[in-house]
Amino acid sequence: MLSIKNLHASVEGTAILNGINLEIKPGEVHAIMGPNGSGKSTLASVLAGREEYEVTAGEVTFKGKDLLDLSPEDRAREGVFLAFQYPVEIPGVSSTNFLRTAVNQVREYRGQEPLDAVKFLSLMKEKMKLVEIDQKLLSRALNEGFSGGEKKKNEIFQMAVLEPTLSILDETDSGLDIDALKVVANGVNQLKSKDNATIVVTHYQRLLDYIVPDYVHVLFNGRIVKSGTKALALELEEKGYDWIKDEVAGTAV
Amino acid sequence: MSKDNEILEEFTSKEYEHGWSVNYEADEAPVGLNEDIIRWISSKKEEPQWLLDWRLKAFRHWEKMEEPTWPNVSYPKIDYQSLRYYSAPKQKSKPKSIDEIDPELLKIYERLGISLNEQKRLQGIAVDAVLDSVSVGTTFKDTLSKLGVVFCSFSEAVKEHPELVKKYLGSVVPATDNYFAALNSAVFSDGSFCYIPKGVRCPMELSTYFRINAANTGQFERTLIIAEDKSYVSYLEGCTAPQRDENQLHAAVVEIYAAENAEVKYSTVQNWFPGDKNGKGGIYNFVTKRGICAGDYSKISWTQVETGSAVTWKYPSCILKGDHSIGEFYSVAVTNNYQQADTGTKMIHIGKNTKSRIVSKGISAGKSQNSYRGQVQIMKRAVNARNFSQCDSLLMGNNCGAHTFPYIDIHNSTAQVEHEATTSKIGEDQIFYCNQRGIDSEDAVALIVNGYAKEVLNQLPMEFAVEAQKLLALTLEGSVG
Repeated sequence: MLSIKNLHASVEGTAILNGINLEIKPGEVHAIMGPNGSGKSTLASVLAGREEYEVTAGEVTFKGKDLLDLSPEDRAREGVFLAFQYPVEIPGVSSTNFLRTAVNQVREYRGQEPLDAVKFLSLMKEKMKLVEIDQKLLSRALNEGFSGGEKKKNEIFQMAVLEPTLSILDETDSGLDIDALKVVANGVNQLKSKDNATIVVTHYQRLLDYIVPDYVHVLFNGRIVKSGTKALALELEEKGYDWIKDEVAGTAV
Repeated sequence: MSKDNEILEEFTSKEYEHGWSVNYEADEAPVGLNEDIIRWISSKKEEPQWLLDWRLKAFRHWEKMEEPTWPNVSYPKIDYQSLRYYSAPKQKSKPKSIDEIDPELLKIYERLGISLNEQKRLQGIAVDAVLDSVSVGTTFKDTLSKLGVVFCSFSEAVKEHPELVKKYLGSVVPATDNYFAALNSAVFSDGSFCYIPKGVRCPMELSTYFRINAANTGQFERTLIIAEDKSYVSYLEGCTAPQRDENQLHAAVVEIYAAENAEVKYSTVQNWFPGDKNGKGGIYNFVTKRGICAGDYSKISWTQVETGSAVTWKYPSCILKGDHSIGEFYSVAVTNNYQQADTGTKMIHIGKNTKSRIVSKGISAGKSQNSYRGQVQIMKRAVNARNFSQCDSLLMGNNCGAHTFPYIDIHNSTAQVEHEATTSKIGEDQIFYCNQRGIDSEDAVALIVNGYAKEVLNQLPMEFAVEAQKLLALTLEGSVG
C-alpha cells in the first residue's frame, strides 16, 4: 500500500531524513520509534505533505500513485490521515461543520454525492460511540479550549469519520493520561481492518501495549537503523535508546 | 517568501464580480460644484423652497470647512470641481409601478441578483433600488401602505410627506455635522425614506440597493428612517459599482430616529468596487451614519459587512438619549490588496441605564490597512451606563496592517465600560490542518474567516448572512492557493 524508497528530506537546508526505506501492506500496524530529533515527526509531516519540508531525494508510492506529487488535500482525499501531535484551534468553526466540509470534499473527489445534514449526523452518531466522545464537544469550536485528551480524542474521531486507508498517528500518546490513552487506543483498534494500515509514531512503548504493532522500526539520524517486532519496543523500554546509538556508531567505525 | 504569504497572495487576487457597467441615456448635471449646480439639482427634483435653502446653507458651510485628515487613510486630494453631482437614468415618464420601469434598468438589478419583480416578492423583502442619483423603483408599496408604513424614495417623500421630511431631516446628522455630511446635504439627489407608525411591526425586511453606474459621478444618497413608539423595522442596504480606473466618491448620510420602545435594525453589506490589484480605481466611501434612541427603552442596532471600497471612512453611531435605551454595533470589515478602511462606531450615553455593545472584527489581507476607531462617551446624566466593546483583528500575510483606536470618555462614576481586543493571524498551521482533512486552501480560508466573523454574521437576516458569507470568501479568494 505504501512504499517509501530512499526518502531524503530537509527543513530550511538542514537534512532531517537521510534515506528512509519502508514497505507497508494493508492490515499492518507499524510503530516508528526513536529518540527526540531522530526525524519521526518529520516523516509523518512529509507523508502528509507539509510544505516546509523539502523532499530532496527518494520516492513514495501510495496505492500505486506517486504520493509526493499530490497536494496535501489530495493525499487526504486518497486516504492518508494524519492525527496531529498538536491539533490546531479554529475559533468559531464547530467540529461538526468542519468535518462535514471535509467529508463532502473527500466525497466529491471520489465522485460520490455529498452527504446531507441528516445522513451526516447519523454517521457522526455512529462514530461517536467508537471513540466515546461527548456530543457537546462537537458543537463547540474546533479544538478551542479543548483539553489535551479531548483534542486527541477528536483526532481519532475525525479519523473514524473519514475512514482513511493509511492512518499516521503522530505522538498521539503525548500528554494523555492512562484512561484517555486507553480510549484513544481502543478507537484505533476498532478502526483496524484488513484493508487499512496504521503508522504509530511514538517515543514511548506505553502506547504499544494498547495498539499492538506488527513491526517496530527505530529511527535515528533520519534513518531506520533497526527493525523488529513488538519485542524490540520492549527492549527499548528496558535499555533506552543509547545502545542503539552505540550500535550505529559501531557500524560506522 | 514564506508559504503563508504565497498562499495568501494567490487567494487575494480574485477579480471584482460587479465590475461591469451599462450604457443608458442619462440626465446629467454639468461637471463642477457651485450654488447654481445646487439650484439645478433642486429644480430638477421640483423641490420646495425650504429644501433648497437647507441645501444652500449646507453648501455655504461646507465651503468654509476642511476635509478631515485625522482618519488613518491616505488618498490623493479630491478635486470637487471635477466631479459630476447628478446623473439620472432617463425614463420617459415616472413609473407608477415596477412593471412600468424601463426594462434596461431592471436588467441592471437582475444582473446584480436583485430582481425587483417576482423573486423578491416571493422572498418577502421590499426593495428600493437607487441607480446613480435616483431611485428607480420601490417594491411592495401597497402591502406596506395598508399598515401605514411609508417606504419610498427620498424624492417621493419630499413630495408626499413634506411635514415628516422637514421635521426629521438633519435632526440626527445636522447639515453642518462634518465635511462629507455637509457636502451630502448640499447635493444629495435621492435615497430611501422609511416611516413606521406607532405600534407597527414591519412585516418584511425593507431593503435598498445602491448602484453607481455612471462614470465620473459621485453618489450622494440620504436615508431617513423614522420609527414611532413601539414600532419595529429591519432595514437592509447593499451596494455595488462598476470597475473603473478613476476613483469615485460616495458620500452618503443615514439618519435613524427611534421613539419610545421602538427598535431599528440596520444591516449593510457594502461591496463597492475596491480598486484593482494594484490599487487603481475604486470607490471612496465617506459615509455618516447615525441613529438616535430618542425615546425610553428604544434600541438601534447597526450591523455592517464591509468588503468593498478603496477607502472607507464610516462610523455608524448611536446617541442613547432615552433612558434604558440600547445601542449595538456589529461589524466585519475586510480589506485586501491596497484597500484602506477606517471604521468603527460612537456610542454616546446620555440617558440613565443605557447600554451599548460593540463587536468589531477586522480582517486585513494583501497590502491593506484596516483601522477600528471607536468612541464610548458616558455623559454626566447617564447613571448606570454600560458598555462592552470587543475589537478583534485578523491578519493574513505580512504586508497588511491592523490598527485600533479606542476612545473612552466617562463623566459619570457609575459607568461600567469594558474593552477587549485580540489580534491573530490565519496560520499556515490552520490551513494545513484543513488540507490534511481533504479541504482545499480556498475553502479553508473561507471556513476560518467565517468562523472568526460568526458573531457578527449571526446578526444579519438569514438571506443576507448567506450572501455575506459568500462575499467574505469571494473578497479573500485568490489569496490562498
